[in-house]
Amino acid sequence: MPVLCSRCEIKKAHLKRPKTGHSLCKECFFWVFEEEVHHSIVSAKLFNRGETVGIGASGGKDSTVLAHVMKVLNERYDYGLNLILLSVDEGITGYRDDSLETVKRNQEQYELPLKIVSYEELYGWTMDTIVKQVGLKNNCTFCGVFRRQALDRGAMMLEVDKICTGHNADDVAETVLMNFLRGDIARLRRCTAISTGSEGAIPRCKPLKYAYEKEIVLYAYFKKLDYFSTECIYSPNAYRGHARSFLKDLESIRPSSIIDVIHSGENLSVKEEVRMPIQGNCARCGYISSQKLCKACVLLEGLNRGLPKLGIGKHHKLQDKLLKSQPLTEEEEKKFKMISF
Amino acid sequence: MCDLDEGSNEDSMGRDSVKRISSKCMKCKESPALLIIRVGDAFCRNCFKEYFVHKFRAMLGKNRLVFPGEKVLLAVSGGPSSSSLLFQVQEGLSHKASKKLRFVPGIVHIEEGAACGKTLEERTKIVADLKSIFSTSGFPFVIVYLEEVFSLPSSVLQSIFSLPTEKDDLYKDAVAGFMQSCHTSVKKNLCHETVAQETTLTEDHTHASLLSTHAHANETSISAFRGKFPFSPEQTEAVKKLFASMKTLTAKEEMLQTLRKHLILYTARIKGYSKVMMGDSCTRLAVKLLANICLGRGAFLAMDTGFSDPRHGDITIIRPMREYSAKEIAFYNKLFGVPSVFTAGLNTKAPEKASIQHLTESFIVKLQADFPSTVSTIYRTSEKLNPRYSQTPADDKGTETCLLCSCVLGIELRDEASAFCAISISEELSQSKKPEGGQVSSSTMEECCAENKMETLESSGCSCQSRERRNTTPDFWSLLCYSCKLVVKDMTSLDLLPEYILEEANRRQRRTQIKREIQEYLLTSEDDADTAP
Ligand SMILES: [Zn+2]
Ligand SMILES: [Zn+2]
Ligand SMILES: [Zn+2]
Ligand SMILES: [Zn+2]
Ligand SMILES: [Zn+2]
Repeated sequence: MPVLCSRCEIKKAHLKRPKTGHSLCKECFFWVFEEEVHHSIVSAKLFNRGETVGIGASGGKDSTVLAHVMKVLNERYDYGLNLILLSVDEGITGYRDDSLETVKRNQEQYELPLKIVSYEELYGWTMDTIVKQVGLKNNCTFCGVFRRQALDRGAMMLEVDKICTGHNADDVAETVLMNFLRGDIARLRRCTAISTGSEGAIPRCKPLKYAYEKEIVLYAYFKKLDYFSTECIYSPNAYRGHARSFLKDLESIRPSSIIDVIHSGENLSVKEEVRMPIQGNCARCGYISSQKLCKACVLLEGLNRGLPKLGIGKHHKLQDKLLKSQPLTEEEEKKFKMISF
Repeated sequence: MCDLDEGSNEDSMGRDSVKRISSKCMKCKESPALLIIRVGDAFCRNCFKEYFVHKFRAMLGKNRLVFPGEKVLLAVSGGPSSSSLLFQVQEGLSHKASKKLRFVPGIVHIEEGAACGKTLEERTKIVADLKSIFSTSGFPFVIVYLEEVFSLPSSVLQSIFSLPTEKDDLYKDAVAGFMQSCHTSVKKNLCHETVAQETTLTEDHTHASLLSTHAHANETSISAFRGKFPFSPEQTEAVKKLFASMKTLTAKEEMLQTLRKHLILYTARIKGYSKVMMGDSCTRLAVKLLANICLGRGAFLAMDTGFSDPRHGDITIIRPMREYSAKEIAFYNKLFGVPSVFTAGLNTKAPEKASIQHLTESFIVKLQADFPSTVSTIYRTSEKLNPRYSQTPADDKGTETCLLCSCVLGIELRDEASAFCAISISEELSQSKKPEGGQVSSSTMEECCAENKMETLESSGCSCQSRERRNTTPDFWSLLCYSCKLVVKDMTSLDLLPEYILEEANRRQRRTQIKREIQEYLLTSEDDADTAP
């Protein structure tokens, strides 16, 4: 006898929900998945009617599903939002080409306007040219920092009110674990927030915060959504890698672990007397930064000066010099010139 | 996806530089070095001992929680860490000690063989080994068997709060009182209350279960002596059944820890101890911290792993070994012949992925091998966490605590925009609306977004609101914290839980029911009745 859908109790179940273990038919799964995202959006008051919302679109599964669900919910519940797909072209030969094609197709399928901002436009450097200068081992620092800002800068260009990204529950749980292991209290406190503040940068939110990665894949699969696998071609850092495989193991033991970790993260309380870095704004570009110059501007400065290690190594003492575009001493230059492996 | 990396900072976790063994002790610079604790810290035998002992004293001295003359119960499992704790206390109380420790210790060991599938013979053998170690210490000791949970009274789950307002003053008073009592010798009434309870070391000394012989006057005798053991074969079966009814090893381990805690608390109460010392090492705590995050215990991390845990009110749990690494302890035990007894636990032979606790342990061990600062980093992170008793009224009026772990229930984030609510919604949406009987498996988590109104974005309303929740009897689930719910969810039947838990659950449910019925007649809520102007 076929297993019946536990929700409608009429149709045959098509899948077992990774999150709860319930057996559901396709239609009920879609509905449940979308309702949950709707609940996240409404309960956390992520948007207001009339706002222009940029959806960070990478062509990957998360952002593809996000774009689709946002479109569906905006119509079903009449959010009154003006949705835009926002994409970043890092300028990596062969890597972005396919994913940008996917985003372009999404644009047509969902009838959402698309804006692609390129690194060249924003920074004067493509990732390919950066890799040439810094080597493969260090470029993730660059693409991470640059990509986050790229979205903001693109959003500002388009006068977008808010950005939403495809970060899912697995990503959030993984970040909780990683920040805990690294002892990064400040980030540990921030990383479970569903939306982040608006100082200087554009407010960001994660409507898929409580959606399991596996369910996102299932949703995309059954909806036959067109996406491109965007695992970064460069390996993630060691700690995130450890945290990720640990989380996968946890999930295999107890499927609710992902939500359990987020629940823990949301409920961690940090002592009052623990000092948090003061968030200011970058003196050059206005992006949130705890230093005078934000990381992206330091990285750029390094690239432009031909000192690629500048942004990777310690540069606190050099901030003033960099800000005033003063030359560095020979000794300082030597430190940041060579990339050692 | 590297864009998720919020500027990773791998420098902080870099591998420690290669160890260099200097031939001389770094402290006295005379004797040859015997061991290296951390990079660059090479010690000779004597200096290591001094360092180790000093750390113990410093930990107790810094926190000033143990009053002179106070009765302190040492929870000794027989493992290296708690055995080392026992040894430290022994040394500290001996006449050789330069600054004698001034509290009055006793030992409790919880024997858990029934849950771990050991035969009576195996259990007897281990208990005999432990008894011989305990006897050498000269401290009163008691072996409590896990089976005894089936004769615990439900009062063990009722915390008696008596938190001191000014810890420091009390401590000073106690010290002064103790000094005086030492000079005027017998006049106990001069001393502080806690000192007055002082008993002589030998008074309690017995080899049998103290629980059964010295049961508190108004408690029913915990169990009858049946020959050698203070429990019946039926109770052993009940333990086995209870653990067999739990579908996951993760839940079994949690349950065992909970029951163990209850037995220790009960022992402390009936024997008049006000502090319990646990032997958790830094390494152990790092594992526990991460495991508890994974088990959804984030809100209680600081209490679950901090130096002191005041949640039980009259009994404070303290962890004086928390700054020693497992390695240091192993070194010390080996060098100074500290005896310990190996007892196989629930997961001893289990594969790595058998439980969350076990997985976490092997994960930390591996990570520590790659990044030697892992354990200390996690430990330091935990020091920055807030125990959060200040935010909750620590009294016995109105504060609801978890039936199983006694953590304060109001702390956990349960509003609409929380993981707590998200998972209940997922559960709820995934099944038909037909109400099901009170089965364990079909639980939906309660009270998430019940009272909240949905605003903004012209929403259709939260789906949880559709639930009919008035006049429903407060169910078992509402008595548990997020994490303990997960444990009970893994049980096939609630009926197998020890009587004292079910009884207390009933009592609380009845109370909540009554409170609901009289709600409209109450002018002030019970909680702020005292503080209201
Ligand atoms: Zn269905
Ligand atoms: Zn990358
Ligand atoms: Zn900047
Ligand atoms: Zn020495
Ligand atoms: Zn609990």
